[in-house]
Amino acid sequence: MTQSWQKELIQTLIVALMLMYLLPFAINTFTLSILLIYGMLGLSLGLIWGFGGILCFGQAAFFGLGAYAYAIAAVNIGESTIPLLFAILVPAMFAMLLGAMMFYGRLADVYLGVITLVVTLILFKFINSTAGPAYVIGKARLGGYNGIPGFQTLNVPGSPDDYIWGDAFYYVCFVALVVVYLLVTWLLRSSFGRVAMGIRENDQRMSLMGYDTRARKTILFAIGAAIAGFAGGLFANWAEIVTPGLFSLGQSAEIIIWCIVGGLGTRLGPILGAAGLAYLKFLLGQQSLIDNTLITGLILVLFVLFLPKGIVPAVANLWAASFGRRPKNSRRNVRRARGGLNG
Amino acid sequence: MAEVVLETQNLTMRFGGVVASDNVNFKLNARELRCLIGPNGAGKSTFFKCVTGLLTPSDGQVFMRGDDVTGWAPHQIASLGVGIKTQVPSVMDGLSAFENIWLSARRFLNVTEANHKTDEVVSRLSLNNIANAELGRLAHGERQRVELGIVLAGDPWLVLLDEPAAGMTAEDVEQMTQIIHEMLNTTAVVIVEHDMQFIRSIASTVTVFHQGAVLMEDHVDRVMADPTVRNVYLGKNA
Ligand SMILES: Nc1ncnc2c1ncn2[C@@H]1O[C@H](COP(=O)(O)OP(=O)(O)OP(=O)(O)O)[C@@H](O)[C@H]1O
Ligand SMILES: [Mg+2]
Repeated sequence: MTQSWQKELIQTLIVALMLMYLLPFAINTFTLSILLIYGMLGLSLGLIWGFGGILCFGQAAFFGLGAYAYAIAAVNIGESTIPLLFAILVPAMFAMLLGAMMFYGRLADVYLGVITLVVTLILFKFINSTAGPAYVIGKARLGGYNGIPGFQTLNVPGSPDDYIWGDAFYYVCFVALVVVYLLVTWLLRSSFGRVAMGIRENDQRMSLMGYDTRARKTILFAIGAAIAGFAGGLFANWAEIVTPGLFSLGQSAEIIIWCIVGGLGTRLGPILGAAGLAYLKFLLGQQSLIDNTLITGLILVLFVLFLPKGIVPAVANLWAASFGRRPKNSRRNVRRARGGLNG
Repeated sequence: MAEVVLETQNLTMRFGGVVASDNVNFKLNARELRCLIGPNGAGKSTFFKCVTGLLTPSDGQVFMRGDDVTGWAPHQIASLGVGIKTQVPSVMDGLSAFENIWLSARRFLNVTEANHKTDEVVSRLSLNNIANAELGRLAHGERQRVELGIVLAGDPWLVLLDEPAAGMTAEDVEQMTQIIHEMLNTTAVVIVEHDMQFIRSIASTVTVFHQGAVLMEDHVDRVMADPTVRNVYLGKNA
């Protein structure tokens, strides 16, 4: 463990603990839980797009798959621990296959977007059409557009009758997000993460250096899907129902907007973008004067025009310009910053 | 007898009607230095691309140290120990010069070794002052040098350099000439170059490409004196 990693670990934990304690004074824990879940979903795309250069229009598909995998497994198993593992593994496997197909097929980036978009549409159509009694997996009926309600929600591992809900669920979501955030941080600091950023910058150069970029992109894509799926599993617990709407293109588009507004190429940006915009949407949802999507669209346009790098990089620059110590002349620090691992 | 590190047999690359490489038979010994020359569009870069797996030849075979590598993916060929500097500088612009070279070193070394190797290459190429700068902000010549560093850090036994001196200052070129000479202790080098001055200063054997095919292969002085070569390469009234 290097010193800078230790320092970052401790800083993150302190800030996280403070926030975890303070936030419920401002916003109720039920709302906070969904903001955290969306934050994790934002981070999943922020990882593969911001650091891996893979723009996926179907991140909602992995989120939805995670939620459905959880619900179906929970109905069948009657407890929550193994279903949560399914929520992570099913989307990861799915992404592994889809990614292998796309990356080994040497598809250009544009087609990658198109394919992920189409796959989301297909999943949406498919799940929507499973209303009939023929569509069952074990004891779980897929339920078509009605979705799957009434599954076992989160319980203390090993004792299915001790439900985790309300404030406790909020704390679980917070810890989950912090753990995922730290794992992402660790990944990006590892050789795998640095190579991923190299591939983002220049795929061909990295293969001419001997890296199998197809395999690495496939793995990163699957990791992103695993995180999105985990968020989906938590979402299922929060909503206590899963519906095909999870797979909608609107949801996918929103995740992309979160990343742009929050700041691509940072870890914090997509989380803050997700939580901020989702909270705004929640507030706007309480009035009927202005249309919600209109505001989201307007925000996106404003950001693209005036703050194209997103909030976190802009704030970081401002901070550095006004209070910043001159960057220490240790190579490690500068390299990190240049490597795009700020925020 | 010296080991043959690179050999092509009847290598042919067609783009529709254009024959960019035409039955090229090429042989390169270990630690040999070879220059490729030829007018624009002669097929020099295409030859490099076929050898490194960026293009799959329409016909013919490529052998590396005796293994048939025709149709291999670029990363498989690179993993053997083959480094290339492409004609258009190909680097990771969003990363630092250090990181660019480190990534290359890390492919074959563990983290600690890669750190050492990178430091070594950085000072060998006098990149110390710019090692931490984002590569995209550096001058063309500096980016070329970093790309050379990327190639060096992989400790290759075959190096292909496509117009490495293009856009460099005389000083840079001189330094590069020296680095190339040092490289020859461990690797064979093939250089595509237009600058005759430069070729004379480094090369012994020159292969002349013309319309995709090998026109001539001989010592630089005899090649330069050859009327046919002067005709195709230096223009009609030479
Ligand atoms: N991808 C491609 N598709 C079609 N034609 C191509 C392609 N790549 C190269 N060519 C053609 O093949 C021929 C050889 O090109 P190549 O780039 O190998 O020449 P070169 O010797 O490297 O020239 P230069 O000195 O200008 O770099 C040219 O006629 C070129 O137009
Ligand atoms: Mg060329």
